[in-house]
This record gives sequence, C-alpha cells and structure tokens, in this order.
Amino acid sequence: MDTIFNDKRSILSVTELTRSIKSILTNNFFDIWVRGEVSNYKTATSGHKYFSLKDENSLLRAVLFKGYQSNIKFELEDGLKVIVHGNLDLFEKRGEYQIIVDYIEPEGKGALQLAFEQLKEKLKKEGLFDTEHKKPIPAFPETIGVITSATGAALRDILNVTRRRYNNIHIIIYPTLVQGEEAAKSIVDAIKKANERKEVDVIILGRGGGSIEDLWPFNEEIVARAIYESDIPIISAVGHEIDFTISDFVADLRAPTPSAAAELVVRNKEELIKWLRDRYNRLIILMDGIIEAKREKFSYYSFEKLSREFEGIINQKALELDDLSKDLHMLMESLINAKRSRFDTLIAKLNALSPLETLTRGFAIVEKLPDGKPIFSVNQIFISDNVKTILKDGYFISSIKEIIKGKSKTKTNSGDLTS
Amino acid sequence: MSSTIAFEDALKRLEEIVKELENGDIEIEKALELFEEGTRLARICAKKLSQIERRVEILKKGENGEDTLELFQNLDNDGE
Repeated sequence: MDTIFNDKRSILSVTELTRSIKSILTNNFFDIWVRGEVSNYKTATSGHKYFSLKDENSLLRAVLFKGYQSNIKFELEDGLKVIVHGNLDLFEKRGEYQIIVDYIEPEGKGALQLAFEQLKEKLKKEGLFDTEHKKPIPAFPETIGVITSATGAALRDILNVTRRRYNNIHIIIYPTLVQGEEAAKSIVDAIKKANERKEVDVIILGRGGGSIEDLWPFNEEIVARAIYESDIPIISAVGHEIDFTISDFVADLRAPTPSAAAELVVRNKEELIKWLRDRYNRLIILMDGIIEAKREKFSYYSFEKLSREFEGIINQKALELDDLSKDLHMLMESLINAKRSRFDTLIAKLNALSPLETLTRGFAIVEKLPDGKPIFSVNQIFISDNVKTILKDGYFISSIKEIIKGKSKTKTNSGDLTS
Repeated sequence: MSSTIAFEDALKRLEEIVKELENGDIEIEKALELFEEGTRLARICAKKLSQIERRVEILKKGENGEDTLELFQNLDNDGE
C-alpha cells in the first residue's frame, strides 16, 4: 500500500496500460484453438461477422473478418458447437479483447457435411426441391446437352451408352471444370450458355465419382440456383449411386450415374420404330371402328348416302396407309441391311484367316506322323520319317528321302510342300 | 403442321390423337381430321428417324471470342 502514495510511483495513461496488456495478449495468445458454442451471432453492414463463444462459465468475443469467410463453407448459427482458430487481439477503444478468427470447424461432423445439410435445409424451405417445379424430361430428345469435363470419365460413359443404344443422336458438349474453386462458376456459366443458345432438349449435368471435396461444386448454392432457373430440363448425374448432392435434389431428375442418365434419355432406334408402328396400327383400327360404328348407327336411313360420302375418303386414306407402311418397312430393312453387311465383312475376315482357305489356293499342311504335329521346319524331320500331307480334297502319307536345308526355293521336281 | 415440328412434340401429339380416337364418342368429321393429322405425324417421325445422324459437338471459344460448335474429337473410340 505504501508504494501507492510513494512520490516515485509511476503512473500510466489508459492507453499505455492498454497497449501493454495488448502486447502481452498478442504475444502469448496467437495461433490458438478454442472450443465453444456460438451465441449472439450477427453480420455487420461492413460484412464482418461478430459472435461470442461460450461454455458453462465463460464467454469470449470473436470476430470473423470478411476476408476469411470464404474459408468457411457452412453457415454459423447460434447454438452451433464449433472449434475456432485464430489470434487474440485487443480493441483499444473499448478495452475489450477478442479472438480474430481465421478458421472454424463444426464440432462432431465435417464442415462440408454440415454445409451440405444447411444448404439443403435452406433450399428446401425456399421450395427449390418442390416437385411442382420439376420439368418433365422429354422421352424422345433429338439433341442432348452434356455439361461436364471434356476429358472426364462421365463424358466417355455418356458417349458410350448413347452410341450403343441409339447411334443417331445429336449431342452437344458444354465443357466445364468439375472440381476446384472455379468449378461452380464454370458450371453456372455453362448452364446459362445452354439456356441462351436453346439448341438442346435436355441437359445431363454431372461428373464421375470422387471425394466429397471433389464433388463439392455440385453442392454450391450458385449451381443449385442455376439449375433451378434453367428452362431446359436438367438431369443431375454426379458421382456414384451412393453420392447425393444438392444438384441432385434441385434438378428435374436425378440419375445414379452419368451412364444411367444417358440411358434415361436415349431410346433404342428399333424400339422407336416399333412404337411408331404400334401407334400407327392403332390409328387405323380405331378409325375403322369409328366409321363402322357410325355406319351402323345411321344405316337404317342413310347407309347409301354415308357410304358414298366416305368411300372416296377411305380409299384415299388406304393409299396413304400403304405408303407409310412401305416407309416403315424400308426403314426396318435399311437397319437390317446395315447389320447384315457388317456381318458379311466379319465372315469374309474370318474366311481369310482360316487354314481351309489357304488349302484351296494350292498350299498344303504337312504333319509329322505318328503324333500329327504340324511341320514348320526341316529341322523337325529326319530321313525315313513318315509325314501326312493335307490338301483341300484329301491327304497322302509319304516318307522322307532327302532333306535339303536352306531357302525354301524348289531345287527338285518333287515340289516343296511347306508354305 | 410442317416437318419442322420437334420429334418429341410430334410423338406426343400422335399419342394424344390415339387417345382421343379411343374415345369412341366422337364426331366423324373430327375423327377424320385427327386421323389425317396422326398419319401425317407418323410419316414425319418415320422420316426423321431415318434422317437423324449421330453427331457429337463441343462448344468452344473461337479465335474471335465467339462461341462456336466444333465436331468433338473422340476420347477413345467414339465416331466409329
């Protein structure tokens, strides 16, 4: 107590004291991790976010400056249990200390998992997933848009499936990045571009499998909104069957994989022709039925008149039907012919490879007896060995009289049978 | 109805026509009209089916910055 009244007492200004405390704080409490529950969370007009971290007994003020916010994918909310990283600092004007936060992760589950759940909940509340907003997927699209990486597995799968099922489809690829920071923006641009150009009937949006980080662009809010606003129906096909993304929920249809998406929109050509023919036959049968019914109804007083009136029309229709029948027939035939000519080529190739074909050209197969092993070299045989020589129409057995090594040019009249 | 109708729309309309005709209680004039439209649509569709060819294109930025469609060069064996 004496010292307080001592003349030599040293008196600090508030600022001096505060600076001194600040220096102790900042030099000792940097690069720290703190666990607590978020409360009083608010965003200032400046864009910085303020909140408190608390536990049963204590409270720590915290600030998340705008510049660090892109590090944090999920939304902070009161009551959320988090672990934050940062440095302590002291706000001199108020004499308050706080932690300057540069990283936050939710306690218990991954940050991305939480972000996914939060965005899903938010968009669901806004109605982005409502079925009444879903556009029907065209059953027979003429042109299909694909938004994915031009070098990825997803595109290869889609092209393979479409080639196998319906070789006559028109596909337009809108290449995008599908992972990394720039990907979401790139996907949004591609969706907008496709909508501006209006050249495809349906869009397949997706990528191949990967980690949750890899698939993340498809969980971004801007991507979800672009899908929602697209006038062209979008099928989302991200990763494997077990992967669900926000894109899947907001898209008009979710396909478990890119290949499955392609199968959903592409019909087999033969099936289409059959479908057409069925409808067409149905038309004829129905029309016949209707005419028959009307005819019966009025036959007792105006059968003559009715039949005169319709005879001409019906005859003409019959001609048209014949025509169309022929068209369908020719279409079927050209399909079959294409397949047949492919088959013929294969058969020709097989023939060329067959040893039987070689025999008809005057060559022979020589086998050593008794084991029947084919002879390719004079080194396999010895004087007085028996050999079997197979020609196209039979074979003969002979015995070796002389062996001449060297080139296979004929030196004797007996002829060289090896080819 | 011209042949520029989208394939999808033509097929849909054809299906509708079949449905309408299935409702037997229909004016004969209306039925004939539908029938005529239906056969025309079937013809257009059959023709389209025989005409469409496989084509894979990719949207690229051309030299002048304009978007242009280019034929897509195969990844492995596409375009067989």
